[in-house]
Amino acid sequence: MNTHLIGTDVNRIDGPAKVSGAAKYAAEFFAPDLLYAVAVSGAIAHGEIDTIDTAEAMKVPGAVEVFTHKNRPHVSWFNKSYLDEDAPVDGKPLRPLYDAKIFFSSQPIALCVAETFEAARYMSRLVQVTYTSLTHQTDMKIAVQEAKKVTSSNRDGIEAPPKPRGNSARAYADAPVKIAKGYLSPTEIHNPMELFATTVIYNDDHTLTIYDKTQSVTNSQMYVCNIFGLSKNDVRVESPFVGGAFGSALRPQYQLFLATLAAKALKRSVRLTLTRDQMFTLGHRPETLQEIRLGANQDGQLLALHNESMQATSRYENYFEVIANWSGLSYLCENATMEEKTVSMDTSTPGDMRAPGAAQGVWAIETAMDELAVATGSDPVDLRLRNYADKDQNHGKKYSSKELKACYTQGAARFRWNERVATPRSERRGTALVGRGMAGGVWESPQMPAAAKATLAADGTLTVASGTADIGTGTYTMMAILAGEALGLPLGRVVVKLGDTELPVAPLEGGSWTVASVGSAVSKACKAVAERVFTLAAGINESPLKHASFQDVDFLNERIVLRDDPSKFVTLQSALEQGEGKPIEEKADSGPNMFKQHGYKSYTHSAVFVEVEVDEDFGTVSVCRVVSAIAGGRIINHEAAQSQIIGGIVWGIGMALQEQAETDHQFGRIMNHNFAEYHVPVNADVHDIDVIFVKEEDDIVNPIGAKGLGEIGLVGVAAAIGNAIYNATGVRVRELPITLDKLI
Amino acid sequence: MNNFEYVRAEGLDGAARFVAGHHGAKFIGGGTNLVDLMKYNVEKPTALVDLNRLAMRSVTELPYGGLRLGALVTNSEVAYHPVVSAKYPLLSRAILAGASAQLRNKATTGGNLLQRTRCVYFYDTAVPCNKREPGTGCPAKEGINRSMAILGTSVSCIATHPSDMCVALAALGATVQVAGTQGSRSIPFAEFHRLPGDQPQVDTTLAVDEIVTSVDLPAAGFAGHSAYIKVRDRQSYAFALVSVAAGFELADGIITKAGIALGGVAHKPWRNAELERSLLIGKPANRDTYHAFQLALLAGAQGYGENDFKLKIAPVTVVRAMEQAAHEGEQA
Ligand SMILES: Cc1cc2nc3c(=O)[nH]c(=O)nc-3n(C[C@H](O)[C@H](O)[C@H](O)COP(=O)(O)OP(=O)(O)OC[C@H]3O[C@@H](n4cnc5c(N)ncnc54)[C@H](O)[C@@H]3O)c2cc1C
Ligand code: SF4
Repeated sequence: MNTHLIGTDVNRIDGPAKVSGAAKYAAEFFAPDLLYAVAVSGAIAHGEIDTIDTAEAMKVPGAVEVFTHKNRPHVSWFNKSYLDEDAPVDGKPLRPLYDAKIFFSSQPIALCVAETFEAARYMSRLVQVTYTSLTHQTDMKIAVQEAKKVTSSNRDGIEAPPKPRGNSARAYADAPVKIAKGYLSPTEIHNPMELFATTVIYNDDHTLTIYDKTQSVTNSQMYVCNIFGLSKNDVRVESPFVGGAFGSALRPQYQLFLATLAAKALKRSVRLTLTRDQMFTLGHRPETLQEIRLGANQDGQLLALHNESMQATSRYENYFEVIANWSGLSYLCENATMEEKTVSMDTSTPGDMRAPGAAQGVWAIETAMDELAVATGSDPVDLRLRNYADKDQNHGKKYSSKELKACYTQGAARFRWNERVATPRSERRGTALVGRGMAGGVWESPQMPAAAKATLAADGTLTVASGTADIGTGTYTMMAILAGEALGLPLGRVVVKLGDTELPVAPLEGGSWTVASVGSAVSKACKAVAERVFTLAAGINESPLKHASFQDVDFLNERIVLRDDPSKFVTLQSALEQGEGKPIEEKADSGPNMFKQHGYKSYTHSAVFVEVEVDEDFGTVSVCRVVSAIAGGRIINHEAAQSQIIGGIVWGIGMALQEQAETDHQFGRIMNHNFAEYHVPVNADVHDIDVIFVKEEDDIVNPIGAKGLGEIGLVGVAAAIGNAIYNATGVRVRELPITLDKLI
Repeated sequence: MNNFEYVRAEGLDGAARFVAGHHGAKFIGGGTNLVDLMKYNVEKPTALVDLNRLAMRSVTELPYGGLRLGALVTNSEVAYHPVVSAKYPLLSRAILAGASAQLRNKATTGGNLLQRTRCVYFYDTAVPCNKREPGTGCPAKEGINRSMAILGTSVSCIATHPSDMCVALAALGATVQVAGTQGSRSIPFAEFHRLPGDQPQVDTTLAVDEIVTSVDLPAAGFAGHSAYIKVRDRQSYAFALVSVAAGFELADGIITKAGIALGGVAHKPWRNAELERSLLIGKPANRDTYHAFQLALLAGAQGYGENDFKLKIAPVTVVRAMEQAAHEGEQA
């Protein structure tokens, strides 16, 4: 393919709208009759509401209604009506205001609605609630005693552990080198910058237009229709801009339910924005405890591998992520057992958070591999090469591509890995110990069914549309690049529409599959348009393309050019004139090519190299240098790709050193529910970051050869940092985050 | 947030009288702490008396050589003020180690003194807290107490005062000037904040109707030998786990004047002038001296679980800050 846009550095096409405020988010849509709502959160972790007194709240000037489980209008009572595309199918999703039951601290228990936001907020302070508490458990260290084994999948694409291979217990017993350790990772909270919000516009014809913060307008629409008994024609969901989500907006959150409930009951438009504290009561990365046993020979070759993973979940849904499986996937080992267990506690249900499962699973195995390198005196890169797998070990399938060796080589060279001294505490800078470490990363690169539409207007403007989302990842720009590429148009001639249930259906925006899925559909639709344009071009009287076929031409600079003789071309304008000014529209469905992909698995890979400084007295860690080499298929937008990886690395710094929801187990409540106390990295914590994309060609993974990059940047970073800290200090920390108290 | 009355103070007297006469009325400076607490329903003032129009916005040199920081001078203005940078670098450093640029631009000198603890229980009305609601209990003692105090705690409260600026002011030996319905008075910095005792709801010795009008710095500001070290969980925008402000005057390697204060360890900046006199003055500026001093200063420190690590960090921070202060200006 002759490319002019793909793989270059393209600024976000939605950037100007975002920085000038023209881009509107869910809480910024308005209607003249708009009411404002504030949700009231419960104070106990488990029990029942005894009384809920709204009389004082209703006296506030401007008060319209307080909805509680006592007075809420009829909603579906079937649990299954509350299921959404990302819900565990065997659970009982939260039904807000359904009855008096309390399942987790800060569960929504009332909704105050008023003519102004201020009045609604004041009302929320005046709702008086009494409870009967039941005993609760939020301490995973105690709750693990009742861990339940995962035996089957209950969500699309979330696999239960594979059957054990070989005999890991015996192989472990016989292995000359053994590593057996437990690895703990805490609850983390997504906390995108944009607060969860829904504005429901109540139209004159009683239909609803819903502006929702979501990673899937289709999912929100289905959820609302099922619960409120509405038809799809009555509910349009739009979400043109999303201010970050990281997986938190895959499932409809309770503000969507509450705002819709109020709008329907009051027959008025309603907006509900959650508070930052309430953002800590939605999904979250579950706490995990992984018991890993590695058996190896003296060279570090793996003989046995065992991961018994336990992860926290709620009492009402048996949500789980794939954690243990990552251990057995990437390294050659004939004897491997992976177990997954869930630990039910009185919390909200966890949810997919950037690289769900891999963030924790790869952290643990990559830390254990570093321990094995130390135990066998191996270089960490050599150790990984010694155990390198050319096949997906869990599924026994070939990789559609895996340029991980190139990541090791190029990453190590750029980082100057050869300067590392293996013995801990070998290097100092002032009061700091300096250390270097590395880890590998891996994430899936699936393709999902998606649809897109492309319309080329008579003036040569191309509009591409798909009901996907842009959660800040660059979907708008990616679609524009692929469209512009297909038709030889500059980006300025491409209009992108997304985030609307009126548009062709796209999958949930998550799992790093949007480029692969929506991108493939966009390319396909645009190609279909291009073929029609070509036919027009060839049909012109005396056309220089008269004897050419579609395969012989390129679309470049608004021309259809004969590849072998670029002096022969037809301008796009002439072709469109030939079409007599009629717009050319094509819709395309795209999905995985089962025939081509059969027998293969697809992943993105990374090698992350980190240098840290650790103050010897204070234990404070500075991540001074990170080099991340990524094998992510074909890069569509180099700039956006790099931003994704840098963002992922910053997340990795947070995961390694800072992020942690602090729960008071006496109250069963997360206490650090604000940005002052829940730490994520600030600019001062982020230093040199260098991203390399190694060349990786893959014509099996999907038609455009691109792999998603949303998650891979994060995976492996926390392990590389922990391994570098070990190299600096000689202290191995197996409980995240690695706060300074663990290093002194 | 609840409804409240808003009053713009036109004069000190009127403002003080208004607050004295209105139960639940409070002064507001930059609002960076008070407004947050109002949104959390922790502070529920019936009225806000806005001090921002009062003439307390200047930095003036005092006749005896000291410096007067008006109560409305922002934290940024103080930190970057040329006289402060030159004569009281310790204060500049401490302020710049705190909060973020945006907050410092808004936060006032008076408000910084009166900011409230960051204990997570204090901030959440769904749980008990003696400081917020006296008599309800102190869950921090057996709960989340990573940032809590190790010195001067009481049965009823183990909270810390979160300010960085105040640690430097304590080391410098500043004086707080206040005015109220009963007239004006000067409060030595060491007597401004109090320990929790059995009244953890009371942070300071200021009367409800008293306004902080200025903070006065003494003539001597440790210009040649000072250091501020802040140990924290991230490099900016995090409160101190332990911080130390250290200032010396030295003559031929002998300490002639000293001010050493700790933040993040107690309900107030922790300084012991008595120990400074007996263990530092007249002693050589060396590790042995610092070590002996640190042992005495931190005697009786007690951890509550999560914050036990402070028992290890506080001593090294004190010693390192004293060393840095003594060696300031020397080539490394
Ligand atoms: C996220 C965050 C991080 C922060 N990090 C740090 C940090 O690392 N280090 C640090 O030191 N600080 C930090 N701060 C706190 C910041 O320094 C304080 O919020 C600020 O100094 C308060 O000043 P203000 O003028 O805004 O006070 P206000 O919020 O206006 O008032 C605070 C209190 O003082 C009273 N008051 C104000 N002025 C007067 C006066 N003249 N006389 C009498 N009473 C008065 C008010 O009634 C109120 O009770 C942080 C704050 C936030 C929000
Ligand atoms: S330490 Fe003080 S502020 Fe914190 S919970 Fe206890 S009483 Fe409240």
